[in-house]
Amino acid sequence: MLPQLVFYVFATVLLVSAAMVISARNPVHSVLFLILAFFNAAGLFLVAGAEFLAMLLVIVYVGAVAVLFLFVVMMLDIDFTKMREGYQRYAPIGACIGGILFVELILAFSHWKMASGTPVAPIQGPAGLTNTAALGTLIYTHYILLFQTCGLVLLVAMIGAIVLTLRQTGSGRRQNIQKQHARVPAQTLELVDAPLGASVVAQGGFLRPHTSYHETSVPGSYASGEQSVADEREKNA
Amino acid sequence: MEQFFYHTLIGQIILMLLETLAVLVPLLIGVAYLTLMERKVMAAMQRRRGPNVNGLFGLLQAFADAIKMIFKETVIPAGANRALFLFAPFLTFSLAMIAWAVIPTGNGLAVANINVGILYLLAISSLGVYGILIAGWASNSKYAFLGGLRSAAQMVSYEVSIGLVIVSVLLAVGSLNLNDIVLAQRHVWFCLPMFPMFIVFFISALAETSRAPFDLPEGESELVAGFFVEYSSLAFGLFFLGEYANMILMSSMVSILFLGGWLPPLGLAPFTWVPGPLWLIFKILFCLFVFIWVRATFPRFRYDQLMRLGWKVFLPLSLVWMIATAGFLLATGLLPQVGGVSS
Repeated sequence: MLPQLVFYVFATVLLVSAAMVISARNPVHSVLFLILAFFNAAGLFLVAGAEFLAMLLVIVYVGAVAVLFLFVVMMLDIDFTKMREGYQRYAPIGACIGGILFVELILAFSHWKMASGTPVAPIQGPAGLTNTAALGTLIYTHYILLFQTCGLVLLVAMIGAIVLTLRQTGSGRRQNIQKQHARVPAQTLELVDAPLGASVVAQGGFLRPHTSYHETSVPGSYASGEQSVADEREKNA
Repeated sequence: MEQFFYHTLIGQIILMLLETLAVLVPLLIGVAYLTLMERKVMAAMQRRRGPNVNGLFGLLQAFADAIKMIFKETVIPAGANRALFLFAPFLTFSLAMIAWAVIPTGNGLAVANINVGILYLLAISSLGVYGILIAGWASNSKYAFLGGLRSAAQMVSYEVSIGLVIVSVLLAVGSLNLNDIVLAQRHVWFCLPMFPMFIVFFISALAETSRAPFDLPEGESELVAGFFVEYSSLAFGLFFLGEYANMILMSSMVSILFLGGWLPPLGLAPFTWVPGPLWLIFKILFCLFVFIWVRATFPRFRYDQLMRLGWKVFLPLSLVWMIATAGFLLATGLLPQVGGVSS
């Protein structure tokens, strides 16, 4: 009785929030409903006795993927009037795709055979194994090659993402911590004896380190622009 | 009586409620006194007296603060998303509370002794970021928003190294159950053989709870107060409680993973007289003291330094350590057999 009640609560909330994902006006609300849907799916896993998968769903999808999703959506500059502008134009295409999907779903459903009677009992793993251990045996012993292939695909995707986004724009300074720690005052500090009442301009402009940021900065960044200014000042002096 | 509590539905529900209260009430009192402890310890380190007016040694200070906070006016900024604005502190607070369900205070003494306890803790702590992100967005304020974004990036980054550290502990334990993790430390606490990971975990815990020196989300010098700048009264109070409850939670995770949970330091006579839960409390208090000590000692990190530490130092270090642990356990034949697997 109680597990079935819990199942229906999770399933209902899951379906409603899934519907809200596509019908909510505000994109941030959509993402939050998506998170709620993930969360209820995890609840359904728990009801089915797959506690490891449930926790993994929450950690991976809710804890990492959806955070980044929300991150991006929150920073979008959304103009609601602009969003509804194309509604009339895209409605027929949308309806077409929706209709095709609906027909396909019906075709798929018509071949399904429903189990008679009450819902089946939670899945039982092999005897004497917790389902974490059972899953581990399956993935890492029986299907290790497939698992490694998946890992490889993800690795390629990761490298691709890094290559696409890594740009040497040359803006900003890079901090080289080893270099900073290896510095001694003699290299960085220049003491100038300025006569009383005179400006330090006469002594070369200003106090600055001998080997300053210029070495560590990216070529073409504003730090190297500063270099030329410093050089000019030196020339003037 | 036993019949009623263990075999009827109402009895079980009442028992569950009592168990929950037995964890949450001491926890909330602990949070109240943690704020006092923080102020007293910081005062001692800075050669001040700290709060000493309300009650003996200022013992009533925390309650005076709480009452003041409750009676303040709740201000909801114009243009804020009302529902989400009020939802965020509730989320933060309730997540900080429900994580306590799996913390064992003695052998088998947990509200829920589940098989995937450590994953549950990881899942709950990874949800914590939503409270902050939602608060930052719903406030409709740039400071709050920047604070929320910073915090989200920070928590996601440090979760990675926390996860890898936990994996290397789990390799040595062979179970995801918190009870088993503590029992595996009967002979030696994991903080000795895995000392570098202990340090990495502790520092990541500081970052995960946004404590100094990683308190960038609320860096008052640049972001006023970060994600909760628009909150007042009880909504602010819930954030505050949640944050301190998370500190205690992280301390108890450190105690359970590395300091042997409820186990005494040595299985000898004077140590075994002290009951297990008290040992756990001592260890949590020790960790909290270090949290406060760190706050009183170190200046705040810059944001790029924080990211560098997380991704370029802790992540490779914990990854290499994990592989080394697995290799060592496999080579010496110490790898625990899991769930009766025979290959």
